[in-house]
Parts: sequence; C-alpha cells; structure tokens
Amino acid sequence: MSKKKTIRTIPQQRTPAHEQAPAERVRNFSEVSHAYTDAEAQLESQRCLQCADPVCIAGCPVAIDIPRFIEKISDKDYRGAYDVITRTNLLPAVCGRVCPQENQCEGVCTVADTLEPVAIGRLERFVGDRAIAEGWKNLPYIEPNGFRVGIVGSGPAGVACAADMAKAGCDVTVFEAFHQPGGVLRYGIPDFRLPNEVVDAEIENLKRLGVKFECNTIVGRLFTIEQMIDELGFHAVFIGTGAGYPTMLGIPGDSLNNVLSANELLTRCNLMRAKEFPNFDTPVPLGERVAVVGAGNTAMDAMRVCLRLGAAKVHCIYRRSRAEAPARAEEIQHAEEEGIEFHWLTNPIEILDDGKGNVRGMRCIRMELGAPDESGRRRPVPVPGSEFEFETDQVVFAIGTNANPIIGQTSKLKLNKKGYIETDENLATSMAGVFAGGDIVTGAATVIEAMGAGRTAARHMRTYLGIRDPSLSYDGDKDIQFGINPRERNFVRLRVK
Amino acid sequence: MSDSDQPNQIPKRTGADTIALLRNETERESRFEIVAREDYSDVTFMLEVRHPLMARAARPGQFVVVMSHEHGERVPLTIADFDQEKGTVTLVIQAVGKTTREMRETCRVGTALYALAGPAGHPSPIGQAKKVVCVGGGLGVAPIFPQARAFKQNGAYVIAVLGFRTETLVFWEKKFRSVCDELILCTDDGSTGIKGLVTDGIKLAIEKHPDIDEVVAIGPPVMMRASAEATRPHGIKTMVSLNPIMVDGTGMCGGCRVKVGDQVKFACVDGPDFDGHKVDFADLMTRLRRFSEEEKAAVERWSETCRMKGLGQS
Repeated sequence: MSKKKTIRTIPQQRTPAHEQAPAERVRNFSEVSHAYTDAEAQLESQRCLQCADPVCIAGCPVAIDIPRFIEKISDKDYRGAYDVITRTNLLPAVCGRVCPQENQCEGVCTVADTLEPVAIGRLERFVGDRAIAEGWKNLPYIEPNGFRVGIVGSGPAGVACAADMAKAGCDVTVFEAFHQPGGVLRYGIPDFRLPNEVVDAEIENLKRLGVKFECNTIVGRLFTIEQMIDELGFHAVFIGTGAGYPTMLGIPGDSLNNVLSANELLTRCNLMRAKEFPNFDTPVPLGERVAVVGAGNTAMDAMRVCLRLGAAKVHCIYRRSRAEAPARAEEIQHAEEEGIEFHWLTNPIEILDDGKGNVRGMRCIRMELGAPDESGRRRPVPVPGSEFEFETDQVVFAIGTNANPIIGQTSKLKLNKKGYIETDENLATSMAGVFAGGDIVTGAATVIEAMGAGRTAARHMRTYLGIRDPSLSYDGDKDIQFGINPRERNFVRLRVK
Repeated sequence: MSDSDQPNQIPKRTGADTIALLRNETERESRFEIVAREDYSDVTFMLEVRHPLMARAARPGQFVVVMSHEHGERVPLTIADFDQEKGTVTLVIQAVGKTTREMRETCRVGTALYALAGPAGHPSPIGQAKKVVCVGGGLGVAPIFPQARAFKQNGAYVIAVLGFRTETLVFWEKKFRSVCDELILCTDDGSTGIKGLVTDGIKLAIEKHPDIDEVVAIGPPVMMRASAEATRPHGIKTMVSLNPIMVDGTGMCGGCRVKVGDQVKFACVDGPDFDGHKVDFADLMTRLRRFSEEEKAAVERWSETCRMKGLGQS
C-alpha cells in the first residue's frame, strides 16, 4: 500500500519544459516548447494528487479522465495513458499544444490552490507525441451500419465528429475546400506551435478508422447541403465550416498594399508554405517594422510568424490592456520573450500612404478603460488629444472574424442575425438530418471547443439516425428524441421533410 | 444575392448517378485530368479538364482556384465553358507570370492539375434583361462566353463586343456567332472588324440600339473601367467581373477585398460580379500590384531555369 500523496509530499515545483531560447527561436519555425522526456513526465505525473473528486475532468470541454491517464504515466504505462485519453479526445498531440489549459483543466486543478497546477497539457502532449512516434493506433473492429454521413469542413469540429461517427459504424466522408485537410489546425496555427506533421499523423489515424477525405471540394458550390441529403445519399450531415471571414479595420488607408489580415498572412505562410518561398510559389509580404493590431491567439501567431519571416521589429497594437488580452497566456509570454513590443491601450485610426500605395506609418490614439460592455470587459474609450504617429511598413490585423458565408448563401438553413448557423441544444439545424458546430455556430472560439461541439453533434446525430449505443441504458421519458420514445416497439427513424 | 433565380437548364441527375460519380474509383484516378488543349497564340491556351461534378454545378460567371503542382500557388481562373455531357470544364489561360508560363509548358493532355476547387463565387445574375451587350477584352473573351449563352437561352437579344490586338489573335469567333444575335469584333490595328477598342464597339452598339438593358464587361481592369465609363452617361446597368489577387478563394483571408460604393466586399464570396459604376477601380489596380516585385523576380528565375534546361537538352 503506497503512502497517500499530500500537497506536501509531491514534488513542489512544476516541471519546466525545455524551450528554444528566444533569440534562437525567432529565426526558425521549429517548435518552441519541447516535449517532456520520460523522466520529466514521470516527475510531473507524481504531482497529481489523484483527488477523490477530480474537478479537472469537469474543467475539460471533452471530459478526459485526467487523473487516470496521469496515473498510467506514473506507472510507465504510456500506451494505457493513450487509451484513456483517446476514449474521449482523439487528437491529444494537438490539444496538448493548443488548449488554453489555464482556463480549463489546469485552471481548476486542486494543486493550484497552494502550488503551481499540474502540467496536464504537457503530459497530454507527451502521450500524444509518443503515440505518433510509436505508431499506436486504437482501431477496434467496427461493424458497418450502412449509414452515410457527410462532414463539411476538415477542421477540429468536423474531424472530431467524423471520428465519432466512424467509430459508431457509419460510412463517413469529410469534405474540405482546401487542397489539404486540417482546417485551422493547418492553415491557422503555425508550425512552431503545432507542426503540420502532427496534423498529418492525426489525420492519418482517422483515415485508418475508415474516414474518407475529399479535398478541393467547396460544399455549397460544388453541391449544396440540400443535395447532400436529397441526391447524394447522405443520411446525416455535420457542418463545421468555421468563421474565417476577417473583420476589416474600417479606417482610412486600410486597403493599402501592405495591409493584410492575419488570416491571409497565416494562410500564405502555413498552408501555402510561403516561408519557404521561392521553393513554394506563394509569396508573403515582408516588412521591416510590422504592426499587428489585436491581441488574441491569431494576433500572437501573426506577430511571431512575422519575426520568423525576418522582420526587424514587430509591434502589437491593442485597444485594451494586457489583462483583457484574449490570447493564451503562454503565447503572450512567448511573444514578450521574443522581443515583440506591446502597445496596450492603443487604437489605430488611420494608415498612412507613402504616395505609392504602400504603408509608411499609422496614426494611433491612446485609450483608457471605461464602463464594461456586453462581454463584461471594460470598454476602451479614446483619450482626446492623444493621437500620435507610429512608423511602420506593414500592418497585419487580427481584430475578429465572422461566419464563412458560403453555406449561408447556398442553402436554406436558418441563420442568426450575425450570419452564424442557428442550432438547437442538440446542435441540430433547421434542416432535418443537418447538424452544425464549432465557430460557424458560436463565432470564433478554440480548437477544443470545436472538437467538443463535433462530439456533441455526433452524439445527437447517432440518436437521429437511430444508432443505439448498447452500453447506454435508456430509461424514461428523458430519452424521447424528436418525439419518439426509443423503447416503443416499432422504433423507426423518421425523416422529416 | 439569391442563387435561386437561375434558369435551371441542367437536367437533374438521379442520386445513383451522382453517388456513383463520388465513389467511382476510375473518376478518382483521373482526377483533374486535362483531356484537351488548344493553343490560340503563343501566350493564350485553352485547357479542358475532367470534373463531372463541377461540369454539372458550374454556372456562368463562376471561377475555379487551380494549383498546377504541390509547390504551386493558388490561381483563380474564370470558367470559360462547361459541358455536362462530357463532364468537363474549360479554362482559357494567358501566360503572363511564372505560374501561367509554367502551366503553358507542363499542362499537356493526359497530365493532371494538383488542385482544382470550384465552382466558386456567385453565378452571374442573368435576370430578365431583354437586350444585352456582352463585352470581352483580351482574355475576358473566354469568360464572357457562358454569360452570352445564358442570356441567349433566357430569351435576350445578345450583342457581343470582342476586342483583340490583331486578327491572328482572334479565337472563338464562330463559338460566339452561334449564341449571339450580333457580333462586333474590334482590333487595335483594324486587321479585322472595326479598328478600335471595345469601348468603340460599345458606343456603336449603343448608337444602334437605344433599348439596351444591361452591359456585362470582362477583361483587364482598365478595360472594365473604360466600359463602365462608356455606359455611365446613358445610365445602362453595367456588371463587371473583378479579378483581384486571391489566396484561398473561399472567403477567409480578405486578400481579394474590393471597394464597391462605400462598402468593402470580398470578390471570392461576394462577387466576382459587381456593379461597374460603383467599383473603385483605382483601388483594385493598386492592389493588383501588391507583389509586382516578387512576380518579376519569379518570371526571371523561371526564364533562367528554362534557359538552363534548354542548354542541357540535345
């Protein structure tokens, strides 16, 4: 019987992860944070108290059994840890790197009451990377059930939904507009945070589950959602097309040649490999003094990409203060270490032309925090008379996005006022058999939330299709879905036109 | 903009056919295969690409995004024709920069494109116009063809105004005559048709027909702007098809932003057709020069590679 762990007996310090030194990493696209070694993972796993009532599980949007997988790491049963994680999360190598753990599992960790929280994210990544390196696959035999499911969008929401439906025995096809799958995991998050090789490996796992990927397919244009149900033989559809349509700055000079959205910069760099120009044909603008407007994760990614592309100096312009910045804590910290200069409480009001259609500077105004707005954050208000000019030769903006409009333009799905797809609590849309989740429903959010939505939708899609999970017991009226009690003798799946 | 008011000329396939299309292994192997090619001059060439689903879905005015190989860039090209029977879409390309010059060398019959996505953009609104002038300048001649045909099928009287530099560069004249009621050919040097630019052709058409409902103009921005200015005094609705630089072509980067009136639109998902009297052409033309340095350098590098290869061949 081992001695029970207490807050005093566990290793007191959070095991640090080796990182590339800032001066070195600003010139390459290799990962900033290195994975734990076996010894480091062992040490950190000791810090988990194996709480009787683990609050970390509730903190996780997909409810991974965190204490269990950490225990497996302690036992050096890394395969076992992978099995535990993949019961609920299919992409541990991705989530370990990009989840904002400080707002999720680690944010509620009991150890954090006294010490620093257990590094749950790093431990998850450790397991995910080991699985890729060892080629572990969790591929049970799955009996096909004959249902065809179409997934629109191969980003985190679509891919999570696809995996769950494939595991339930459906014939799943994921459609992707780009020439490579992954969505924001590939085009949005840069290699130094999430290498494209990791995305490739996780997609490969899904292909082994039987999921088919059809790239170069713009759903809505090549064929519509209605056609998927009426003509192409899909029994259910999930839409995960995201919210990538960038919000423009809307100030004079915002269409000058060296002004671009962070999405354009990142797509050129990550998806089209412009960082390897001219080996790859797509170019990307390279300024010397770049100004990035915004302080979310996209803005952080854009800033750090510009540094690595060779900018001499990168500035962050944000209208609120550091405390309100929405980016993941580690990203802001890494950005500061890399020498990015932050101008908090500053807003651009005009971008200045050098006479030839290029950017020569930006006029900004200082802001101060006033009363809170609908999001609960204090609204920034301009300080009169505080305008100043700021020299820059490239402006990148990451100030928010809107729903991708293509599905809304080409189908009769009900949208809300802002153009996002309207869904009920089951993530069902106004069209029978069509479900939606992720940014196209909620607006811009995180990878893990999109994955959670994909999995929630999959659960309701299974109910809709009448696929019963033999391990779940149905009881009482609370299992009535779409007006049908599953216990009724002639339980039939109704398709409502 | 609703797409539901398009004339439904294409017969509906049964579900079984289309599922077969999606599942057919042979289709997948011959994905994006080039089945025909014709060179209209030493810079302009036509590719017919196999894509049965796109041939069925394509409507006039839409475009595709093409990558000719894995290291390539994403290039938007207007769909110049589509044939549901043959299952092909037709692209007409002008070899201007590195990618299109490379395609001129590598895109032979039997080869395949690496990526082909579409049909993108809103279909051109054909509407109820009774008399239409379809104007195509240079490369714009190809994409205006499906629109001319659609107007004709919708019962309109169609006048085509096509501009070429000289007679030897003229293509698709017979194709146009088969769908138009009148054809005004314009050449810079007067070697055939009238001597002048397409704006001279437009003026001729307006003089002859006081009841023109709509003008559609496709070509270089300078030509589209001039066409819009030619019709502005007469108050004739003029639609243009904008061609800004694009990266994704699906509405998520904003690189193709254009100013139309006091609004900012994305040509890839809000267009590519816009009201020519409201488009800020100066802005479009400035933004088309965003990468002129890189483009020049890329062409020089490409020419150098070709020269070196030329030296190496016997």
